Amino acid sequence: MPSFVINEKCDGCKGGDKTACMYICPNDLMVLEPNSMKAYNQEPDQCWECFSCVKICPTQAIEVRGYADFVPLGSSIMPMMGTEDVMWTCKFRNGTIKRFKFPIRTTPEGQANAYPDLKGKDLDSDLLSTEEADGYSIPKPQATV
Amino acid sequence: MALPNKPKGELKAVRDPEVEEREVDILIVGGGMAACGTAFEVKKWMSDGQSVLLVDKAAMERSGAVAQGLSAINTYIGDNSADDYVRMVRNDLMGIVREDLIFDLGCHVDDSVHLFEEWGLPVWKKTEDGKNLDGKKGLKQGTLKSGATPVRTGKWQIMINGESYKRIVAEAAKLALGDDNILERVFIVELLLDAKNENQIAGAVGFSVRENKVYIIKCKTMMVACGGAVNIYQPRSVGEGKGRAWYPVWNSGSTYTLCMKVGAELSMMENRFTPARFKDGYGPVGAWFLLFKAKALNGLGENYVASDVAKQELENYAPYGTAAITPTCLRNHLMLFEMKAGRGPIIMDTVTALAEIGKTMDKKELKHLESEAWEDFLDMTCGQANLWCATNTEPEKKNSEIMPTEPYLLGSHSGCCGLWCSGPDYDWVPDAYKWGHNGKVYNRMTTVAGLFTSGDGVGCSGHKFSSGSHAEGRMAAKAMVKFVRDNKDYTPTLAKSKEELVDIVYKPVRVFLDNHEYTTAIDINPNYLKPEGMMYRLMKATHEYGAGTATYYQTTSKNLEIVMDLLETMREDCEKLAAGDLHELMRAWEIYHRIWTVESHLRHISYRKETRYPGFYYQADYPKQDDENWFCFTNSKFDPKTQTWDTFKRDYIKIIPD
Repeated sequence: MPSFVINEKCDGCKGGDKTACMYICPNDLMVLEPNSMKAYNQEPDQCWECFSCVKICPTQAIEVRGYADFVPLGSSIMPMMGTEDVMWTCKFRNGTIKRFKFPIRTTPEGQANAYPDLKGKDLDSDLLSTEEADGYSIPKPQATV
Repeated sequence: MALPNKPKGELKAVRDPEVEEREVDILIVGGGMAACGTAFEVKKWMSDGQSVLLVDKAAMERSGAVAQGLSAINTYIGDNSADDYVRMVRNDLMGIVREDLIFDLGCHVDDSVHLFEEWGLPVWKKTEDGKNLDGKKGLKQGTLKSGATPVRTGKWQIMINGESYKRIVAEAAKLALGDDNILERVFIVELLLDAKNENQIAGAVGFSVRENKVYIIKCKTMMVACGGAVNIYQPRSVGEGKGRAWYPVWNSGSTYTLCMKVGAELSMMENRFTPARFKDGYGPVGAWFLLFKAKALNGLGENYVASDVAKQELENYAPYGTAAITPTCLRNHLMLFEMKAGRGPIIMDTVTALAEIGKTMDKKELKHLESEAWEDFLDMTCGQANLWCATNTEPEKKNSEIMPTEPYLLGSHSGCCGLWCSGPDYDWVPDAYKWGHNGKVYNRMTTVAGLFTSGDGVGCSGHKFSSGSHAEGRMAAKAMVKFVRDNKDYTPTLAKSKEELVDIVYKPVRVFLDNHEYTTAIDINPNYLKPEGMMYRLMKATHEYGAGTATYYQTTSKNLEIVMDLLETMREDCEKLAAGDLHELMRAWEIYHRIWTVESHLRHISYRKETRYPGFYYQADYPKQDDENWFCFTNSKFDPKTQTWDTFKRDYIKIIPD
């Protein structure tokens, strides 16, 4: 289900510090065409349809068209990313529309506790740093052969 | 405005790239769940003055197998024991596993899950009266760590709202490591051994896919965790749809190839995974079977797994086949059994399942149930949701087909190929399963001194999944810091010069530049081959001879002989791979890594003269399990000096009683 870029909506992220889709695509598929300075998917048959580009695009210029091999035309699914939830709009070929909202994270973005000040004490034990801090003790097999 | 159909890639490659040389104590190759685990953990043990660098082919925020998200965490021990975890994995993988590695992982995996929840991953909770709450509403139940009850779909799985799973885990990893210690969009393509100390890792080379730059990185110790291998067999969808691989399409076997080429021992490379998934869209079936209690029907509408014939067939594979939970490969085997007997296709009966559950529900609960069914796809396989939309499939009204996919190689999901790694240094771990360097044991170290792996890289210990891979990356991180501390006097020295290394990395670019003007069509040239062509050649060979879908996953000794010959020629032709741009250079190296990985897979299948994993592959000359001769690990080692292979057996040692 390769992603495609809507001509009118793509501004090449010219106001941003990076080209969002090009930055995020895990398979290096999204590139800017140097004359138009608009993005395109350079290898649609290597697209995993992960929607990373769709979700990150600041102008909602990227959508996905189902793989020609096996997906009939006429449907679409579109995510709208919020800070806490994602809202999906799923359009069926027959016109049915379903909307779903799911949580995506429970903390503010950028606030994950990386325990920057935690220092492990015993490098020779098998405890991970947070396990050591918690006073965890590693179980042994209840019985061995 | 349509864009011209010209050579792929806007970032043209030049003959002589810039070179950046780095030297660090610890190098992390990869950016997925395992590497993020290492990144989170490593600095907590490092001393002042020690250095670390993480190199990812993509952007950590969305790289690796969890890039798209996940709807469940498949390994959370909780109230279970690590002992039972070993028993489950052992049975699913037909008896031959490294129980030390699995038990060890089971002791640490929950700590990673607790961190994920603390970082903001929404985890479903059960209320006191048995209702399911999503990860946001469930917050009021408290955290798993504080004793809240997760929503279990099976004994080991818990449900999450995991659309942003990787973003959350990567955020903590990046914060812990620091942006200055991360290189994104750099693809490591070869590892380098030390010039003075035999069998010791000294560094790696790679290139940027964003600028013409080669990186030469020296290190004292290294973690390689670049996932499994995908698009190595012709997929069932061969047009645009070949991107819709079940596992991430960008996993190119780099973990195995990078390590094997410097002489690291591989184990159980014959093991593969051919998951049965919703046909074409490859949406997950786990929640349907476990959460919604759906049944798979054959083409005649029969619940074939409950038939006497199926039960008899499973008895042939006792004790695994007769265990309470049928091993994954045997579930496939039963499915293929129906299809080959003319009783296909296999249908997931979503209609009956939802109707049954719905009987006890009010309207609001039904609406929630529908939402849960869709979220399972939207969180991790968006395309399957679109396929349902495009085919007007509402699961409560219309059933969907399921089918086994093309083969994948991996070590973290329901497969166990990978590197032969040391276990932890406990007294209950057999001596044959622990090793290290200069008399010290280093957990998760390969057989090359200083070279570690995790996740899909560690062989013989499947069923780690996302959480276990993260925990394993953390375990390896600690062992690596220990390695650096114990080897203070080691200074890595490279055998090859800067120029020689650049020659290796940029060879496909130079082949292209030397020859591309000879013809008028840039992709067709007698003096080179583009990576895309080589990809098709690999897929055709494995599909036809290497137990691909073409033959219902069956091969024979003669077929294997032919495909090994084809692969040798492919490796020779890789010398003439050509890349005109940086994206294509990445593809050239990826196909090279895939070819080496597939060759080791088929070498192992040739060596193991039995059919250990019916449903995943069949060696028709040896169609049965042969415990007398093959209840052991099959390992192989490439000697980088002599460029020759050795394949051999290693003892299976049972640790945890039945």
